[in-house]
Amino acid sequence: MAYLDLTILVIDENAIRASIIEEGLREAGHAKVTVVHEVNGIARIIETLQPDVIFIDLENPNRDMMEHLFQLTRTVARPIAMFVDRSDTASIEAAVDAGVSAYIVDGLKKERVKPILDMAVSRFNAFSRLQRELADAKSALEERKIVERAKGILMKMRGLSEEQAFALLRQTAMNEKRKIGDIAQSVVTAAGLLM
Amino acid sequence: MITKLKDLSGNNGLAAPARLTGEGSRILRAGFIPLVDASVLIAASEFGFARKEGIILDLVRDVSWANVRDRLAFGHFDIAHMLSPMPVAAMLGLGSNPSPTITPFSLGRGGNAITLSTTLYARMRQETSLIETASALDNALALAKVILGMKARGEPLPTLGVTYPFSSHNYEVRYWLAAGGIDPDRDVKLVVVPPPMTSDALAAGAIDGFCVGAPWNMVASERGVGRIVAVKQDIWPSAPEKVIGMRPEWAQTHPETVSRLIVALDAAARWCDRPDNHDALSEALANSRYIAAPFDIIRRVLAGEFNLDDQGNLRVIDGYFKFHADFANYPRPSQALWIYSQMVRWGQAGLSSRDRTGAASAYRPDIYRLALGASAAPLLDDDIRIEGDMDGDRFMDGQIFDPTRIAEYLAAFPVRNSAFDRALGDEL
Repeated sequence: MAYLDLTILVIDENAIRASIIEEGLREAGHAKVTVVHEVNGIARIIETLQPDVIFIDLENPNRDMMEHLFQLTRTVARPIAMFVDRSDTASIEAAVDAGVSAYIVDGLKKERVKPILDMAVSRFNAFSRLQRELADAKSALEERKIVERAKGILMKMRGLSEEQAFALLRQTAMNEKRKIGDIAQSVVTAAGLLM
Repeated sequence: MITKLKDLSGNNGLAAPARLTGEGSRILRAGFIPLVDASVLIAASEFGFARKEGIILDLVRDVSWANVRDRLAFGHFDIAHMLSPMPVAAMLGLGSNPSPTITPFSLGRGGNAITLSTTLYARMRQETSLIETASALDNALALAKVILGMKARGEPLPTLGVTYPFSSHNYEVRYWLAAGGIDPDRDVKLVVVPPPMTSDALAAGAIDGFCVGAPWNMVASERGVGRIVAVKQDIWPSAPEKVIGMRPEWAQTHPETVSRLIVALDAAARWCDRPDNHDALSEALANSRYIAAPFDIIRRVLAGEFNLDDQGNLRVIDGYFKFHADFANYPRPSQALWIYSQMVRWGQAGLSSRDRTGAASAYRPDIYRLALGASAAPLLDDDIRIEGDMDGDRFMDGQIFDPTRIAEYLAAFPVRNSAFDRALGDEL
């Protein structure tokens, strides 16, 4: 997705502040900006809009509701950039160090909006990548575990050596053009049914 | 600099020696949400316990748990009043922006309750043979019957408010519902409502009930819009409620400040537990800087004197708040594991030994012991112990939690999220 294609949702009860944010984003070239002033019905808006970034006012107690929403829909995959009126550069830097994609806009100048958005997005992407890598590593580990179990079953049931059992799994996977993990899973499932 | 810090941590076996160190400012910014269970933190600041340890607490009132979490993560706060599941969720990488968080000190037990709208409660009375003095379990069973009828007639299902996805309230209301045979993901709709707004939301009919901390249940019952049907003690008396959260790296680089803070909080917690201090405490809490709720309600909440409704039905709960007694401040890792088990039960987390270790690491009894000495803590082998197996500390459905057998524990619950069964399949 091109950077300027980001769909951005701004939630702020304070109309003036929301318009500053909106203007800052538009001047930075973002066209898909939606501004809402109240959180009633926000679930539906998020669902239809599918925003990539959400800006929300720190003083809004309904942040916890959004947190719940993300948890329910498993759409946590969204950077939230927050803003309040007062802050300093140090706390923004600390935010970067802490690895959170939540930042504070200080002084509420529209020029500040873009760098904050950039940071939120880049931190968020880094975090998502890490999550993805972790998930990949986890599934690789699980595949290894299942292959081990399938090997054990083949060794026991067919009296094969470990190498032979593995070779059989690999050959079957190649013949059937499937992943070795899938074949191993079938072996384990079948053994569970038969034994 | 680093060597110096190491020296300090090495010398830290004694509680709070009165000397200046290189740990920097002793002004700690502490975030909190306006609730009675922030009492220990507020008392430590208001009644001189922190100052005595050379610490100035700068208490910052916040409006949402997500803010508290994020502001702690990026150093806006040094420490924070947090929901007991928040450090566990943080260590498991759950929620948005998870950032490592630990707790070396629990702020006590109790304070939560489940309130239903007077309309819904009246239906339970009408449609079942529910009596006014029914137990929490009977109330849940009655609600289950009403929901069955609602489903048969195609009526909209009840909407219940909790405070945060990773909250004691979420797990407690789910536990209560499920004990009555109600599936919290199918038979009701759970939504998040900020605690101070719960009684208005109930009055407006936006929700049909909620589970939050004090004083908001009693605020609703005294207004005549809600009926309290269960309190935390009914569900599981030992459940930790709020904790002091901090970044592990901050705790590591400020060992003496952390120790002094724990000494101050410990003294404040002892003070809060004494009934003769409750007038002074209530007065401080009622202040608009803190909870901004009527003194009278807070005072009675602290005493555990409950108006269940506005009809004069009273219930007195002994030890409704435990700020210190029975090792209420000790961050026991098996409690973190119970919280983790509920996350797995409801499909928020998977079951793995890695996550099990991660969850337990959120609670840090070692730091508590270092600050207060071994005599202040329970026996070491109690850190991972079986929960709910003693009289006075039972779960409402009589289940017993063995932290070393989480899969078996969860498999015994008839009501659970289907995601758990998938997780169980992976594990076995």
